[in-house]
Amino acid sequence: MIYFDNAATTLRKPPEVGEAVLRAMETCGNAGRGFHGPMLNASRLLYETREKLAAFFGVGDPSRIAFASSVTDALNIAVSGLVRPGDHVITTACEHNSVLRPLYRKAEEGALLSILPADEQGRLDYEAFDALFSEATRYVFVQHASNLTGNFVDIARMADCAHRHGAILICDAAQTAGAYPIDVKELGIDVLCFTGHKSLLGPQGTGGIYVREGIEIAPFRVGGSGVHSYDRHQPAEMPTVLEAGTQNVPGIAGLGAAIDYLSMVGAGTIYKAETSLADQFLCGIRDIPGVRLYGDFSAADRMPIVSLNIGNLDSGQVSEYLWEDYEICVRSGAHCAPLLHKALGTEKTGAVRFSFSHYNTADEVRCAVRAIAEIASGEC
Amino acid sequence: MRSKKNYIILTFHTTQEAFACEKRCAERGLPGRLIPLPGEIDAGCGLSWRVPTEDYRAEDFSALGLSFEKIVPFMM
Repeated sequence: MIYFDNAATTLRKPPEVGEAVLRAMETCGNAGRGFHGPMLNASRLLYETREKLAAFFGVGDPSRIAFASSVTDALNIAVSGLVRPGDHVITTACEHNSVLRPLYRKAEEGALLSILPADEQGRLDYEAFDALFSEATRYVFVQHASNLTGNFVDIARMADCAHRHGAILICDAAQTAGAYPIDVKELGIDVLCFTGHKSLLGPQGTGGIYVREGIEIAPFRVGGSGVHSYDRHQPAEMPTVLEAGTQNVPGIAGLGAAIDYLSMVGAGTIYKAETSLADQFLCGIRDIPGVRLYGDFSAADRMPIVSLNIGNLDSGQVSEYLWEDYEICVRSGAHCAPLLHKALGTEKTGAVRFSFSHYNTADEVRCAVRAIAEIASGEC
Repeated sequence: MRSKKNYIILTFHTTQEAFACEKRCAERGLPGRLIPLPGEIDAGCGLSWRVPTEDYRAEDFSALGLSFEKIVPFMM
């Protein structure tokens, strides 16, 4: 089997991730509840992983990071806890449904929503972005890179523009965290939402949210915190305010081990290895008759994602051929990015997405190129 | 029956600070250990740092860079 669906979830993890999960399951109690060895093991593990994440993302105070179960969870925490009726919010046509659907719901409740359009290559018009702001604009929700085209958004530029208008920038780093260096201060990110199971190489069910000092997010989830138990309200301090209930300690243990691995190898090194494989694939398929590519390939930096269609084949059909005939795993369909598919003109067919891990090999890429050529030759 | 001793109890706003204290004390060889917050003391976090009074040096703990919520003498 060849796995090229790493933008959905990375399948291969460093072995120490699974070992850490098992060790935590065997040694950790419920963090922050009571007082005994297993509870302390769990609490120390959360503390250490929070510190590792803070160092990884350039966050000075680790307590500004709360754990979440996924990037969708983190984004829902941000949207539900920040946006109020009457607030104007700007987002883009490149976003995933994990941003769009929470914002659509807020719009139904009285928030005002503007969506920066994308062109037929998925590029955003940054000049038009500035014109969308009004006195009511409070928040900008934007992804760091597209899960469909792999193209980056110029976060620093958008953050600068948002800050000039007095707005807060919330960044969805689902596709980039772990595979591309992120420093929240350098990029001007006020709130960072990330998942643990993609390029951070941790287990599914992990993720988190960084909230800059000075920003308060009202929690939609309240409950047990282990402290201030007689108070009717959730404690207001970060991270407790956003961490009601038992934390996913085994998953967070795995995430901590993954961060150790990534810190040792370096996100920049992983990015180079993965983009090298993506470039090899791109060079192999771009001139095959019938292959259509989606996104802006002139950009200097791209995430290791290549989305395509072949002739008049439905993307689901191609993914089935790839799996049944070649044991190649890809992602077809809409990729939860409906507005970007509309912009790219692939609303009906969807697209076939190849996404690469540094664990993939050049031989695996050659197999994929051969498979695409064979499918295309049967179609054209 | 356990005999009571005099301690200094340092309390925290958050659990994160409690474990930061444990880590930094271990790195610097400072005395004490985490204990459940005594019920007589009101503080934000359910954990506290207990140091035998005779071993406590205020300047060492203020140099840890933590914002302790309370620092109180306590017999237990």
